[in-house]
Amino acid sequence: MGIFSKSSGAFRDAKGDLILEDVTKSFATFTAVDDLSLTVPRGSFFALLGPSGCGKTTTLRMVAGLEQPTAGRIKIGSTDLTGSRPYERPVNTVFQSYALFPHLTVRDNVAFGPKRRGSADPVGEANKTLELVQLSHLADRKPTQLSGGQQQRVAVARALVNHPEVLLLDEPLGALDLKLRREMQVELKRIQMEVGLTFVHVTHDQEEAMTMADTVAVMNLGRIEQMGAPEVLYDLPRTKFVANFLGQSNMLHGTVAGIDGDFTVIGAGDHKVKVRTSRMAPGEGGEAIFGIRPEKTRVHDEAPSAGSDGASLGPGTLLDVSFTGVATQYLVDVPGVGRWAVYEQNLDLDRISNKPGDQVWISWNPGHAFGVRS
Amino acid sequence: MTALAHIGSTGAGAQTPGGPAPEPTKKGGITAYLLLLPGVLWLLVFFVAPMAQLAAVSLQSQFPGYPGYYYRDVNFGSYVTAMTEYLPQFGRSLLFAGAATLLAFVLAYPLAYAMAFKAGKWRGLMMICVIAPFFTSFILRTIAWRQILADEGPIVGALKWLHVMPSSGRITETGFAVVAGLTYNFLPFMVLPIYASLERADPKIIEAGGDLYANGLTTFRRVTLPMSMPGVLAGTLLTFIPAAGDYVNAELLGSDSTKMVGNVIESQFFKVLGGFPVAAALSFTLMAVILALVFVYVRRYGTEELL
Repeated sequence: MGIFSKSSGAFRDAKGDLILEDVTKSFATFTAVDDLSLTVPRGSFFALLGPSGCGKTTTLRMVAGLEQPTAGRIKIGSTDLTGSRPYERPVNTVFQSYALFPHLTVRDNVAFGPKRRGSADPVGEANKTLELVQLSHLADRKPTQLSGGQQQRVAVARALVNHPEVLLLDEPLGALDLKLRREMQVELKRIQMEVGLTFVHVTHDQEEAMTMADTVAVMNLGRIEQMGAPEVLYDLPRTKFVANFLGQSNMLHGTVAGIDGDFTVIGAGDHKVKVRTSRMAPGEGGEAIFGIRPEKTRVHDEAPSAGSDGASLGPGTLLDVSFTGVATQYLVDVPGVGRWAVYEQNLDLDRISNKPGDQVWISWNPGHAFGVRS
Repeated sequence: MTALAHIGSTGAGAQTPGGPAPEPTKKGGITAYLLLLPGVLWLLVFFVAPMAQLAAVSLQSQFPGYPGYYYRDVNFGSYVTAMTEYLPQFGRSLLFAGAATLLAFVLAYPLAYAMAFKAGKWRGLMMICVIAPFFTSFILRTIAWRQILADEGPIVGALKWLHVMPSSGRITETGFAVVAGLTYNFLPFMVLPIYASLERADPKIIEAGGDLYANGLTTFRRVTLPMSMPGVLAGTLLTFIPAAGDYVNAELLGSDSTKMVGNVIESQFFKVLGGFPVAAALSFTLMAVILALVFVYVRRYGTEELL
């Protein structure tokens, strides 16, 4: 973005799905995005989720045109946008720092895009969009006179006013406090439903991604680990990274010890646990990791009855009991397995009698377990 | 505030007799005045008093027949002399200072932009290069320019060799040499404030311009430049004001036909017998003109940060 950059390219009015084909972005010393292919259906709310440095922001910036891929193509529908400049793309970004123009009023900030596109009534369009984000009463203020949440909504309005084919949100709620973040999540979802545009949302907050998005792609080290509807991703993670990044998982590292009907048995030391074979991540080799979500497990004071082979562990030592109101969280140390967490909803009338140091057993419904490869 | 608090407390005291009215505290006020005192004294002794003295001198009349002797008077004759006899020098001062400011801006903006956004690890080195000249005397650096621009010097030689300049042409003792010297000497005062205002800006704001359909040039015109206006304003003022009063560059690089108002003031004070009132009148007039220009300029281009 130099002062003297060419302005030869014309605006490309593309429509359709956002398609990334084998996109790679390498910087001098590392590869930020590694051979990534992805289709975001038109009108969907798509979340790119991952830890910092996983390449999600770089991916977003390549879609915006703020970075160019080292290899691969970026398309909207059938229009190839690779190599075009940001101002030539029907794509707008809501920046993490909002990046509002400090010298312009809120209204002029929002009218900036329509003015550049030669709209007949940029101020009217700005006013209408400010209404959508409920900020009409602050239109004459400067950005510095607004709170963080208000600035955030101006940033959304400034992008939305252009009716982009794809709206990119780069951790837009990162700077807000928890309560405001929850409100804005609902607000953004409402706006997305109302305008029906494709939203691509980058975040490291797994709860935010799951609450808002139709489809979540979990990224790690420049690649997509797994992609799908939030409930599918949560229920059946296909990699160890996803199992740990999206919610919490209790894990048991072991080897495949055999097949028992519909189930695969995984053994680790004296322990044997079973997973539906259909819920095992595909892959060869004897090494496997058994996983179960904490809220799918229960604690018991006594050894479970004989019928629960492969769906229980114990005895272990209760390390910690924390009462959170809705639920009680237990931390159990099982010798040879490690520390497992158990979340039990407080459905019983009796007071919780377990104390740290007690001997307990953990059990679960074997249908809920999943297996990933190490 | 203190007075209001006092009224409030006595009112309350009247309604509840017997309750002691709290003494309004003045400690904060006294501390503030004490902190101001050294600065105010300094200004009184070294700024206000000399200004009054200068004003008195500018209105003095000369004893007839005794050159160099004056008596206290309210005589505006020196102002008339200043504005009639030295109008060309006045015009030249504003013109040269204006040209130097414009030139310095054109040179400084790209430099400051590069330092703020493109320099990366070279930023520190560039900063040192901008500031380093201050470690050498202002006079010496200006004399060095005489060598650089000399008739037998490399620049004139190269221009003549390229036939850009006639063989009899020269740069020293021209207005161009004076403007070049002024530009050089005040360039850091232009670079640093612009750099500071650009460096403070979030680069994402400039990216946002591109994201919102503005090409490079439009983004610069609509986003980058307006955002750096406080720095541009400060830089132009820091260049124009001292340049308009400067006499060293015109003295060392110019000729009689490129004298500025500073040179006139200098010679009236130190070289002309009985020139004190005219020099004082020139100083005051220059100050008034600059103040008026700055006022108009800041009103036109200033941001809330400055007004």
